Amino acid sequence: MSLIKWLALIPFIGLLGGTYFANKVTPYLFGMPFLLGYCVIWVVITTVIMVVIYKLDPKNREGDA
Amino acid sequence: MNAALIIIFAVMVMSIFLGIRAKKGKDMDLEQWSVGGRGFGTIFVFLLMAGEIYTTFTFLGGSGWAYGKGGPTYYIIGYGCLAYIMSYFLLPKIWKYAKENQLLSQSDFFVSKYKSPYLGILVSLVGVVAMIPYFVLQLKGLGIIVSESSYGTISSTVAIWIGLAVVTIYVMVSGIHGSAWTAVAKDILILVVVLFLGIYLPIHYYGGIQPMFEAVEAAKPGFLALPDSGMSPSWFVTTVLLTALGFYMWPHTFGSIYSAQNEKVFRKNAIFMPIYQLVLLFVFFVGFAAILQVKGLTGADADLALLRLSIQTFDPWVIGVIGAAGILTALVPGSMILMAASTILAKNVYKVVKPDLSDAQVTRTARYLVPVVALIAVFFTFKGGNTLVALLLMGYSLVTQLFPTLIFSLMKNNFVTKAGAFAGIGSGVATVAYITITGKTVGSIFPFLPQAIQDFNVGIIAMIVNLIVLFVVSAVTKSSAVVNTKTEKAL
Repeated sequence: MSLIKWLALIPFIGLLGGTYFANKVTPYLFGMPFLLGYCVIWVVITTVIMVVIYKLDPKNREGDA
Repeated sequence: MNAALIIIFAVMVMSIFLGIRAKKGKDMDLEQWSVGGRGFGTIFVFLLMAGEIYTTFTFLGGSGWAYGKGGPTYYIIGYGCLAYIMSYFLLPKIWKYAKENQLLSQSDFFVSKYKSPYLGILVSLVGVVAMIPYFVLQLKGLGIIVSESSYGTISSTVAIWIGLAVVTIYVMVSGIHGSAWTAVAKDILILVVVLFLGIYLPIHYYGGIQPMFEAVEAAKPGFLALPDSGMSPSWFVTTVLLTALGFYMWPHTFGSIYSAQNEKVFRKNAIFMPIYQLVLLFVFFVGFAAILQVKGLTGADADLALLRLSIQTFDPWVIGVIGAAGILTALVPGSMILMAASTILAKNVYKVVKPDLSDAQVTRTARYLVPVVALIAVFFTFKGGNTLVALLLMGYSLVTQLFPTLIFSLMKNNFVTKAGAFAGIGSGVATVAYITITGKTVGSIFPFLPQAIQDFNVGIIAMIVNLIVLFVVSAVTKSSAVVNTKTEKAL
């Protein structure tokens, strides 16, 4: 788990660091300006990463919520 | 009376009904009133926290920013995303500590961690000073929504009084239970309204979402990305980061953490929250659609973009539904703020000054403070003028200053001393106030630095001052504490 947790840093790097390179209007991504599409991609990646962390985190296996 | 008004009133009545009914069968002590007896499941906690995303700021302001500022608007999506990642690791820890120590407010957390009721007073005052303008913003938004969607038949002044009466009543009666139930109605309605507007308007006016962006790009090249200076990528990155750090530092958001029934709730929510906030995209789409359709809204009037475009497109009953959704976006966060402010003023300020108060008296005081806080907010809404804008800008930066002290207190070996906590928060807050009041930017303070650094969000400076003072004072007081433990105890 402890290693998996570092996955959570990826969106910070991608979203913050990537802005400098993704700051343009074209090409359109999913019909949206490139920078907005880029942010959306990172939201989706974040969700996937959080699912992975959730599934592998032993804390979530104890009992039901 | 037109169709819009009937719908708006029906929703107001419904929210009073839901709010009061929420009390049913509950004995309202302070734990029940302000943190729901720590019994809320995933959905309620989700909605209370989602209430933070869909406030009137995002509803009117999000579309207004898209209309008036373009590309910089995207930061709203970025900060939420990062804040939710942190929530997975941070919130369960906060919740657990709060439950073990029976905490009821954000200030309680600092009091308990740093063993200092006076730190609690400082944190409470920072919180209240930050929350009141935030509440005023919700009220002003509510006034705009009602007066626009009633086609001017109800003035915004009347609307604000009515809205305020509604929240005050259900907060006094049901506390956080009232907020939770209205949050259910709010999120359902807002989801329907936002998805509909965000999809229908671009298709209706431009034939699709990409054609809309192409038309905007043709009319205003580069508007849909970040500018090279000012709100540049450097501004974007620092603003996303600072806002993400401040996200859970609002006293009312922090308080809603305590309402969860177990810590798993937060980990589960951390999965759904990022994707759920994509709903905001559709709010932005409305603002972008308005650029070429509603001309001439400048400055603060940009916030009218969503309503103006809707009014020129739809029948009154649709406007009524939009208006009703907008009102709920003001009422839910408004109610959370009222409750959090009353709780901390009663428990962390008044009770410290008058320690002999019983729990029942504190609960009663908190409830009677609700209308008092509400009236103070009304005063600023009508009389605030320009100071209000400055306070608003300050609010978020103010609460963000609590972050370092909080995060260090969660570590196993916290090196921050009581004095360090005081000095760090104090210096950070003072820096924020100075910068905001004098209108300084990083560029005006350090004109010799490269443009990329000049565009940094000015809150960074306050954060750096805060951290330096925190470290230095903690180091000094810790070494003197070793030398002379007796004075430490005497304090």
